[in-house]
Amino acid sequence: MAGPVLEMRSIVKTFPGVKALSDVTLTVRQGEVHAICGENGAGKSTLMKVLSGVHPHGSYEGEILFEGEECRFKDIRASEQRGIVIIHQELALSPYLSLAENIFLGNEHAKGGFIDWRETLRHATELLRRVGLDDHPETRVADIGVGKQQLVEIAKALSKKVKLLILDEPTAALNDEDSGKLLDLILELKKQGITSIIISHKLNEIRRVADSVTIIRDGKSIETLDVKAPETTEDRIISGMVGRDLDHRFPERTPHEAEEGAAPALEIRDWTVLHPIDQQRRVVDHVSIHARRGEIVGIAGLMGAGRTELAMSVFGRSYGRYAGGTVLKDGAEIRTKSVADAVKHGIAYVTEDRKHYGLNLIDTINRNISLTALKKVAKRGVVDEHEERQVAERYRKTMNIKAPTVFEPVGKLSGGNQQKVVLSKWIFAGPDVLILDEPTRGIDVGAKYEIYTVIDKLAAEGKAVVFISSELPELLGMCDRIYTMAAGRLTGEFSRAEATQESLMRQMTKDKEVTR
Amino acid sequence: MSTEVTAKSPAPAPSGGTGSATGGGLLQLMLDGMRRNMRQYGMLIALGLIVAFFAILTDGDLLLPRNVSNLVLQNSYILILAIGMMLVIVAGHIDLSVGSLTAFVGAFAAVLTVQHDVSWPLAVVLCLLAGAAAGAAQGFFIAYLGIPSFIVTLAGMLVFRGVTEILLEGQTLGPFPDGLQKMGNGFLPEVGPTTNYHNITLLLGFTLIAFVVIQEIRDRSRQKEFSLDVVPRNIFLLKLIAISAALLAVTMLLASYKGAPIILLVLGALVVGYGYLMRNSVFGRHIYAIGGNLPAAKLSGVKDKKVTFLVFVNMGVLAALAGLAIAARLNAASPKAGLSYELEAIASAFIGGASMSGGVGTVLGAIIGGLVLGVLNNGMNLLSVGTDWQQVIKGLALLAAVGFDVWNKRKGGS
Repeated sequence: MAGPVLEMRSIVKTFPGVKALSDVTLTVRQGEVHAICGENGAGKSTLMKVLSGVHPHGSYEGEILFEGEECRFKDIRASEQRGIVIIHQELALSPYLSLAENIFLGNEHAKGGFIDWRETLRHATELLRRVGLDDHPETRVADIGVGKQQLVEIAKALSKKVKLLILDEPTAALNDEDSGKLLDLILELKKQGITSIIISHKLNEIRRVADSVTIIRDGKSIETLDVKAPETTEDRIISGMVGRDLDHRFPERTPHEAEEGAAPALEIRDWTVLHPIDQQRRVVDHVSIHARRGEIVGIAGLMGAGRTELAMSVFGRSYGRYAGGTVLKDGAEIRTKSVADAVKHGIAYVTEDRKHYGLNLIDTINRNISLTALKKVAKRGVVDEHEERQVAERYRKTMNIKAPTVFEPVGKLSGGNQQKVVLSKWIFAGPDVLILDEPTRGIDVGAKYEIYTVIDKLAAEGKAVVFISSELPELLGMCDRIYTMAAGRLTGEFSRAEATQESLMRQMTKDKEVTR
Repeated sequence: MSTEVTAKSPAPAPSGGTGSATGGGLLQLMLDGMRRNMRQYGMLIALGLIVAFFAILTDGDLLLPRNVSNLVLQNSYILILAIGMMLVIVAGHIDLSVGSLTAFVGAFAAVLTVQHDVSWPLAVVLCLLAGAAAGAAQGFFIAYLGIPSFIVTLAGMLVFRGVTEILLEGQTLGPFPDGLQKMGNGFLPEVGPTTNYHNITLLLGFTLIAFVVIQEIRDRSRQKEFSLDVVPRNIFLLKLIAISAALLAVTMLLASYKGAPIILLVLGALVVGYGYLMRNSVFGRHIYAIGGNLPAAKLSGVKDKKVTFLVFVNMGVLAALAGLAIAARLNAASPKAGLSYELEAIASAFIGGASMSGGVGTVLGAIIGGLVLGVLNNGMNLLSVGTDWQQVIKGLALLAAVGFDVWNKRKGGS
């Protein structure tokens, strides 16, 4: 067996307030395909950013050995010169430049400052052939599909004489056929002696291409398994991914007893949504879920499962292209074509991305809270500033928003306090159904507990809560019922009693078998 | 040191201590308030300094009643445009067409009243409607078709200028009926006993001061009623006195010449009305929301397209009003009227604290910004600085104001 080509030893990386990696050790052997898997937020992407120099030497602790030499990369260029190339989840191609121009971007074939087009085209054609593309190198990137773009990224990596190729969830945005092609290519490159690291949580993919898998959990490397060994089953990998002790605390919660007969507050039937650009892809595929009053219903899933897309498309068609399905409120079909419609019918969606979709960061706390329901503090179109301020003060107290005054710009608050402002804003709108999308992402443990308490109280007040989260313990601790989604489909439904981390994770990683 | 004092006289020391503590608290509060509105306070102070600077250089000519009156008349249309422009910029857009639009409306008014003998009140209404229609057309392309405002209004700038020249056949057209002329040049009529001052203006000024003071006091008592923290009493009094003194000074200056220009009253009403609209109306809030974070506003149920559309309709109406004022003041419609006024209006908004990326800015800020430019203009004219150097200095003033703001934010942010 070949020796290690890469060793990362005891890597520790801290961001202000958060320890993203607390002790990660990774050893990759020469010529293998090494998978890294773990839950969302476990630290996989951060680790790869440390390796590729996005987080430069000095901003982390620990050491990196590549081909036996210690590396201290100060930026991506430095790591690329050593032959380590990372392909990010979001593709980094310039859409209006040609394939050839993209492949050699920043690394042009030039003579005296002018592009040598003959050599550029010759070399580009050769590289495109190597990754199995027969498109003309002068085609614009915007004119080819996402699957092919991914291959162009690999061609670009090859042009840099890559020795270690890192792919961050390469198939997350691809359809089955393109995924199959990509995985084949990785195996082909392996034959040519290129080592790959692939970040993925699709277990069938890992089984198909990887030789070994390192599991990362809560910023620590847990174990490295030999994928080809008979004892490495999917269950084994799953238990590695979730096997943490449940030391999070949750408010005492009396589980909801479903009242039979009464129609659920929210019911979504056969909901299907297409990707906004690639309309061949069903991002949400015939999903039916419901939530009763007083109930907290979880939706578990990994990245790309379609949970946010489901929620946002139901909430005023704010994502993708609608391709069928109905929304029922208390048993009657309702129109949710615009956000205003959804709000009018008592539905609130609290976004996972509060900075981009939830708050006006340059505006104050009081104005953010009142925005959705301005009419409640206004008479004939005129806002009563005093009443507005009083409302904001009330939420500052009840939600424990830590800020000197309600006139503080929201952008200056911590993540947890920003989240409380977003929640206040939607609670003030007075909805019957709240869809909470990752309400505790990026906030500290103390603030999490406060948010849980608020969610619990909302349910106790008779509101239906749909709780989308990637953290299984939090779903298990809070929900009466949990749905699982994978690749846009509903893959399971569990009662509070049935659900365990393992059973959920099994359904969350259940992807269709990759077709050849 | 302090222990020594306490030892000598135990009684006064604690009271002195609390005194300085509240003093510190007050100072803190004032500083906080100032930091939050740094750009506006900064500009207000800058405006004061510029006025003082030119007053000294011109041996007080700048503050002669006649000159103050002129200053208002000369800058009124830029200020009107700046109000509308502020709304546009807060919404995250820009309008390059307003200069051409003012010329077009002036020409339209001339064609109506001079060539077709339409009565002037009807002409004013028709002109405002024409402005609204022009704004609506541009707003439609921007809001509903999603064409960038820079491009739509750049097109509008060319189109309206061209249409103006077509309407006027390249000639200057005038004079306007008396009623319309008054709008740009006129003063309030004089009644009552002969004093050294203009009676109606004095009366108006005093009423205004009384109104503001009462309003402030009512506001404060309402805040108390809602058991909210209020500004400490002495600061509040200080604020009242400062506002009253400023208003009184302007009133006296105007009253000792021909009185208040009519256009000033129009402008005053606009400032109060739009200030209120932006601060207190649902519509105003929605403008800030879409400019501050469009996706978040959409997900909050704000009808972003409608709001954007209305902002441009409004800009069209205000441009028409400014166009009428210009034409009335010159007593003729000229194909070159309002040339580069859009840039002055935009500069006023940015000097007054608007942000290029939208979501920030106040009507009062735009007015202050416009006045800074106006006083610079007027002061340099009095000193007979050539227009060449005037442009250089105004350009640098814009750069300095925005540069200071960026620097201040970076310092505060880190």
